[in-house]
Order: sequence, then structure tokens, then C-alpha cells
Amino acid sequence: MSDILLQIKDLSIVYATEDGVVQALTNANLTLRQGETLGLVGETGAGKTTLARGIMRLIPDPPGKIVSGEILFEEKDLLRLSIKEMRKYRGSQISMIFQDPMTSLNPVMTVGDQIREVIVTHHPEMSRQDARKHAEDMLEMVGITATRYNDYPHQFSGGMKQRVVIAIALAGEPRLLIADEPTTALDVTIQAQVLEMIHALKRKSNTAMLLITHDLGVVAQNCDSVAIIYAGEIVEYGTLRQVYKNVLHPYTEGLFGSVPSLESNARRLAAIDGMMPDPTDLPKGCKFVDRCKYATDRCRGEVPRLMEMADGHKVRCFRHESGEVNGNG
Amino acid sequence: MAEILRVEHLQKYFPVPNGMLHAVDDISFTIDSGNTLGVVGESGCGKSTMGRAILRLHEPTGGKVFFQDRDVLAMNAQEMKNLRREMQIIFQDPFASLNPRMTVSEAIAAPLLVQKIYDRRDKAGITRRVKEIMDMAGLAQRLINTYPHELDGGRRQRIGIARALALNPKFVVCDEPVSALDVSIQAQILNLMQDLQDELGLTYLFITHDLSVVKYISNDILVMYLGQMVEKAPSDKLFSKPMHPYTQALLSAIPVPDPDRPMSRITMKGEITSPVNPEKGCRFAKRCPYATEACTQQDMVLTEQEPGHFVTCLRLQRGEI
Repeated sequence: MSDILLQIKDLSIVYATEDGVVQALTNANLTLRQGETLGLVGETGAGKTTLARGIMRLIPDPPGKIVSGEILFEEKDLLRLSIKEMRKYRGSQISMIFQDPMTSLNPVMTVGDQIREVIVTHHPEMSRQDARKHAEDMLEMVGITATRYNDYPHQFSGGMKQRVVIAIALAGEPRLLIADEPTTALDVTIQAQVLEMIHALKRKSNTAMLLITHDLGVVAQNCDSVAIIYAGEIVEYGTLRQVYKNVLHPYTEGLFGSVPSLESNARRLAAIDGMMPDPTDLPKGCKFVDRCKYATDRCRGEVPRLMEMADGHKVRCFRHESGEVNGNG
Repeated sequence: MAEILRVEHLQKYFPVPNGMLHAVDDISFTIDSGNTLGVVGESGCGKSTMGRAILRLHEPTGGKVFFQDRDVLAMNAQEMKNLRREMQIIFQDPFASLNPRMTVSEAIAAPLLVQKIYDRRDKAGITRRVKEIMDMAGLAQRLINTYPHELDGGRRQRIGIARALALNPKFVVCDEPVSALDVSIQAQILNLMQDLQDELGLTYLFITHDLSVVKYISNDILVMYLGQMVEKAPSDKLFSKPMHPYTQALLSAIPVPDPDRPMSRITMKGEITSPVNPEKGCRFAKRCPYATEACTQQDMVLTEQEPGHFVTCLRLQRGEI
């Protein structure tokens, strides 16, 4: 289909550390259409940020290395581009909102100039005044008055800094926005404001978004589809409704059980036992096997593949083998 | 149940270059023994300062704190030291609150030695007690000689809990104990804290910004805004029938993990009032859709609207709700 913007095929990324090779991402497959919002959910160390940085080709090398796979952006493989060509994509085609607004801004540059920098980089033909005007418009768009153009980041609150970061990310009018935990550092009311704003801006220009988060609530309120990632592997992938209304993978089930519900008055949470496995020493079979209440001997010896159910809902778990369509896939 | 802690008109001001910062202003509440009072509010609203002021880790500027009817603020240093056996705190950041040069056993034994519960030479006794506490906190005994940097966040927070419980306290201030943890680990720690409460009859003051967590763990919830208390109610009441406009806005901003339940967020507009030399009246007034002139002309009074449900809002007094 032609409306596919980004297609990630069998992407694997490793980090070579002193303690051994860390399999940060294993054979990840994702598809993002124009204007679609995909939520990528997982815990610390699951590989969410590695995947995001992989798309931008910002994996620090060494120690990181993209060992295999393709990242097709409008059918062009980003991994085959030269550094110079890749630079043209960053900011103008694909841009990224980093996790921590407090540290992703330059403290000795005014916020306005930081936005203008992006505009000038991608439109060298633009005059100084026009670029400044454009940067002021971007500030207004994210709800900050243009009179604060000459302010420095330390004069802003956390929520406002994050809005500046968003203005920078959107200044190049990207087709794809990667938002890495854009609201984790913010209070709920500010989080709601920022997400609403991203949503509105996104809709206006039909930007696709990869939203990385660990908050299932944020995903439910903002995403069209969801991928759940555990220890470097996508374990469940489907539309928002498929994943939320018909949980298939035991890890996803555990995640939902771990979040205290506002509705029920349960006295205990159905927590997942144990810890994330050591990334240099992952279990041989299913990565979740040691924490899974359904685990069998087969799970220990054999890696389950990502199986596709009849409705397109994908899951990496042997328990759903019977529901799989066109097996051995 | 018997009341264990009573806080009356607690105040904590900090002098800053341009005036007085009213971090905690006129907070009053009681907690019954064995219960949990959740304290919610956004960053900077003074919830941690309040928790610390109760323990006198910050010396309060005004007000009174009674622990089992003993006047905490009138105690001298020795009395305070004795009281610390009964009142403890679990800190937010398990990465910053542990001494990197102390092993797990040293960290847990420290309060036992400071309080002279064990003699320094009684190595066997100390080790026995440390292992007991580790069991209680769900820490494997093989970790006894590890250093914090070798452990993940969940295990570190278990050390923080173990340390706080080493002295068999009755009352524990939990200052965002799960905020730095992943959801699956967060659930483990919350379950552990609840088991310990049931087992040991602990009373918690549970400070958090996460509203789902606070609903889950608390009997009563106190909502703070810029140093002021705006509402206090039994948990389910607060969620089913929030009365203060700020509480309503706060609750409406929680993203619900259900695609069929879209949010209907109440938008808050306007600037946040500065807590430095604040003006009279309700500090939420500038952002409140219902504010009238009266809201900024008089000090707010906490009124009991329904049994156990306290609110500071003039709308209620005007009979608008």
C-alpha cells in the first residue's frame, strides 16, 4: 500500500559492552502509515529508545551496532544512506522529541534561536527575518507568546520547556515524529496539555508519530496501534482495540495487572514476579519465560515467533499457536 | 480506630531572596493507626516538605504535630532521637538515598547501631536481625554483601523499605516510594508495602503524584495545591465525588487505559500563582473557572462538607455544589 510511511524489517541492534554483547533489539518489525500514531510500550531497558534512535541512526557506535534489518522510509532504506544523506532526513523528514526536556535544550542559547536553528538548517535560502518570523510562529503554535523568543531555557517551567522541544521537533515539518517519553517528566495536568497539543499539531499536518511510553493510559488516549516490547523483542502488536480489548501475551496481561485501576477497589495488584532478565544473558527460549505463569518446557528451549492471528493481531507466544494464520511464517 | 498522628495548622516557610516561600501553609489532618493517608499534588506543591516537616527533617515554621498525643515539636534532641524509632521515612529516589559505599547489610544495620538496639560487637545478633529484615522486604539473603550500584531500582527501593522498618516503627512517611520504578516493579513494591502494613500494623503517610497509585493504597486522600490543602476525603469518595475545582481538574487529566473511555479533560487556564509572598485567599483562584472576587479576599477555611469529606472552597459555602 502506498500510504505506508515507515516500515521496519527484522531490525536487530546490539551493544558490545565489557560484560558481553547486549541484544538490545531483536528482529523488530513495525509498520507506520501516514498520520498514524503507534504506541511503543515497554519498561526500562526493553529497547524502546534503542529502536527510536535506530530509526534516526543515532545509535552511538561503538558500542552500538545495527547488525541487520531494513528501515524503509517511503520505501528508501535509511540504513543504506550515507551520513550526509541521512542528515537531510533528520529534522525535516523524521524528527525526535527526547525524553528529558530539562537536558535536551541548550542552556546558553535563547529558545527562539534554538527553533530558528532548525529552520535555517533546512531552509538555507530563507532570510534572517523570515526565519525569525517562522520561529516566532512555532512558539505561538505551541502556546508560548512570541515575546519570550529571547528567553533562555532556565526561565521556563518543565511543561514549557517540553513545548519548546516540540516546537523544535516540528519546525522542520517532519513526516514522522518520534516522541520518546515526551511527558514522563511532567505532571498529569501538564502532560494532558502537552499530549493534546501534539495531537492537534499532528492532525493538522497529518504527521505520523511513534510514541514511546510506559504509560498504558497515555497510549489508550493517543494511539491508533500498539506494540509491546520486552527484552528487545516485540511480544504483541496490533491495533489499540485488539491489544487492549483482547490481551494475548502474558507480559501484556502482567502490565495491565500492575497498573492500579481507578475503577476497581482491588486490594492487591496482580504484579509480574521477578525482574527483567540480564540483557547480556537472556533466556534461550522465550525472553519472558522466567516471569511467566504459563511457561512450559517448550518455552525454555524454543524461541516463539511473532504469530499473526486471523484479525492481524500479532503475538509472540506458543499459547496462541492454534489461532495463527498461515503458520511457519 | 485510635488516632496516631494529628497535624494542626502546619506551616513551613522558606526565606528566599525575594520574600517568604510558603511551601506548606495551614495544613491540618489526623491519621488513624493502621491507616494510610495519601497526599497528592503536582510537583512543587509542598507535599514532600510537609512529610519532612512532620518528622522535623525540616523544622516547621508554625503549627503543631502530635504523635500519639505527644507534642513532637516541643521535644528536645534526645526525645526526638527516641521518637525516630517510631517514625521513619522511605525516600523517593532509591538511587540517591543509599550510601554507595555501604553494603546492603551495613545500610540496614545503620539505624540499629545509631539507636543502640544492638551492640556494635554483637555481629551475630546484627546479622541475624538484618537477615530477618531482608526477608521481610523480599531481598534475597545472598545480596547481603552487595553494594547499591550492583542492584536494580526495585531491589534498591526494597533496601530503603528495609532500612525504614529496621526499628519497628509505627508510622512511616513514604515519599514517592514507587515513582522511580517501572510499572511491573512498582506493583511488586506496592504489594509488599501493603503486606507489611497488614502484618506490622503500620500507619503510612503516602506521598505521590500518581493518582491511580494513591487511590489504590490509601484510606483517605489529601489533595494539595501550592502549599494549601484543598480537599481531604475517603479515597472512593474523592474519586466518585470530587468537590474542589482543582481536584476535579486533576482527576480529569488522568489518562484512562481504556480506548472506549475518552477523556473529558477540564482545562485549567491562567498563570500559576507564585508561592512566594502569596496573596490572601485561594491560590487556585487564578486558574479556577468559578472564581469570584471573594475567593481572593479572605483566607480559605476547611469545612467538613460530608462526614470525613473536607473541602476549602467558597463555592460550597455559597451553596453552589
